[in-house]
Amino acid sequence: MFSVITAAAQAVTEAVAGAAVEAAPHASGGLPQLNTHDFSPQLIWLAVMFTLLYVILSRVALPAVGEVLAERRERIGRDLAAAAKLKSETDKALSDYEKALADARSKASGIAKEKRQSLADETEAERLKVEAQLNAKLHEAEARIAATKAKALLSVNDIAAETASAVVGKLIGQDVSVADVKAALAAAGK
Amino acid sequence: MAAEAGGGHGPMSQFEIKRYVPLDLFGQDASFTNASLYMVLAVLLITAFFAAAMRNRALVPGRLQSVAEMSYEFIANMVRENVGDEGMKYFPFIFSLFVFVLVLNMLGMIPGTFTVTSHIIVTFALAALVFLVVTAIGFARHGFGYLKLFVPDGVPIWLMPLIVPIELISYLIRPISLSVRLFANMMAGHTMLKVFAGFAVSLPVFAKIAPVLFTTAFTGLEFVVAFLQAFIFTVLTCIYLNDAVNMHH
Repeated sequence: MFSVITAAAQAVTEAVAGAAVEAAPHASGGLPQLNTHDFSPQLIWLAVMFTLLYVILSRVALPAVGEVLAERRERIGRDLAAAAKLKSETDKALSDYEKALADARSKASGIAKEKRQSLADETEAERLKVEAQLNAKLHEAEARIAATKAKALLSVNDIAAETASAVVGKLIGQDVSVADVKAALAAAGK
Repeated sequence: MAAEAGGGHGPMSQFEIKRYVPLDLFGQDASFTNASLYMVLAVLLITAFFAAAMRNRALVPGRLQSVAEMSYEFIANMVRENVGDEGMKYFPFIFSLFVFVLVLNMLGMIPGTFTVTSHIIVTFALAALVFLVVTAIGFARHGFGYLKLFVPDGVPIWLMPLIVPIELISYLIRPISLSVRLFANMMAGHTMLKVFAGFAVSLPVFAKIAPVLFTTAFTGLEFVVAFLQAFIFTVLTCIYLNDAVNMHH
């Protein structure tokens, strides 16, 4: 067990030493990053490539992304505005409908009232007419009755005279003329 | 010693610049190197990604387009939060910096690849570019008034001889701190990975498990670092830009 640990420790030491040794040649010539001969190609290629990247991104790629984002923002804004407009239109239509409904209701009740009134008037007129007719007929009838009565009353005298002449003739046993009776009656009437 | 002869398997050999195509540009060495290759690769990848993502320009985005839009919004929000709407003029520059550094960092995480951002000259050039751009914007917007940046408000006048040099130095040191942070993180991480991966090879079989586990865990951490360093580089650029645009101190 102990030997295993020592072997491991030895191996670690060797590896570290190996790494150090391997790094050493470069360290002696400096870090690769500090090799000034390599600066020029790196700077030139960096300048070219970064400029190229900047041109591509600023002229093409970023405007494209920006346009899409702006378009989406605009579209969403437009849709929201359209939705708000439609909502206000709906509200307006609803209020119009309610107003129309109320109008129709009041109109209907007006018509009903008017109709009721006109029907009542008509009925009243009809009633008055019928009453007038009835009254007329009543008057006529009354007149007729009065006439008949008068006529009858007139006849009564004749009948009474006839009857009286007949009765008197029977009573006294001799014929009494109707004219005499009438004259007698007329005298009695005075 | 075999490392020296065979091109190297040491932890530092991964940082060596290899010239694939020697080129000369007006007397300057412009060779196509492994660094050039990965820079070209990064630009191609980013371009291909955006071309594929924005192919449809769909109102309801697909997966790739969502990622493209998320990255856009991520950096756009960062610029807006740190600099304000005025800073959106410089958004393409900030975005380019972020994706360039991020993709180079991430490409470096593929075993056997070269990490461009592990070279101080590259990170320094980017940081110097940021410094120059920010300083130019500052002077363009505020003229010599930009120098007031070094004279903070509410500091007693007798402290000025102390404060102004400190402010000036802290301003001038920005490209160095910005570049060294990225470079050191990338180099240290990749060196550590290589060293411990080396242990996995050189240790006896029964002990290999420890460096393998460590390397695995550390690789995960390195992915976080690769993203985080790109993020930090970009956030600091935004903060510097805020000084130049708004002069808030």
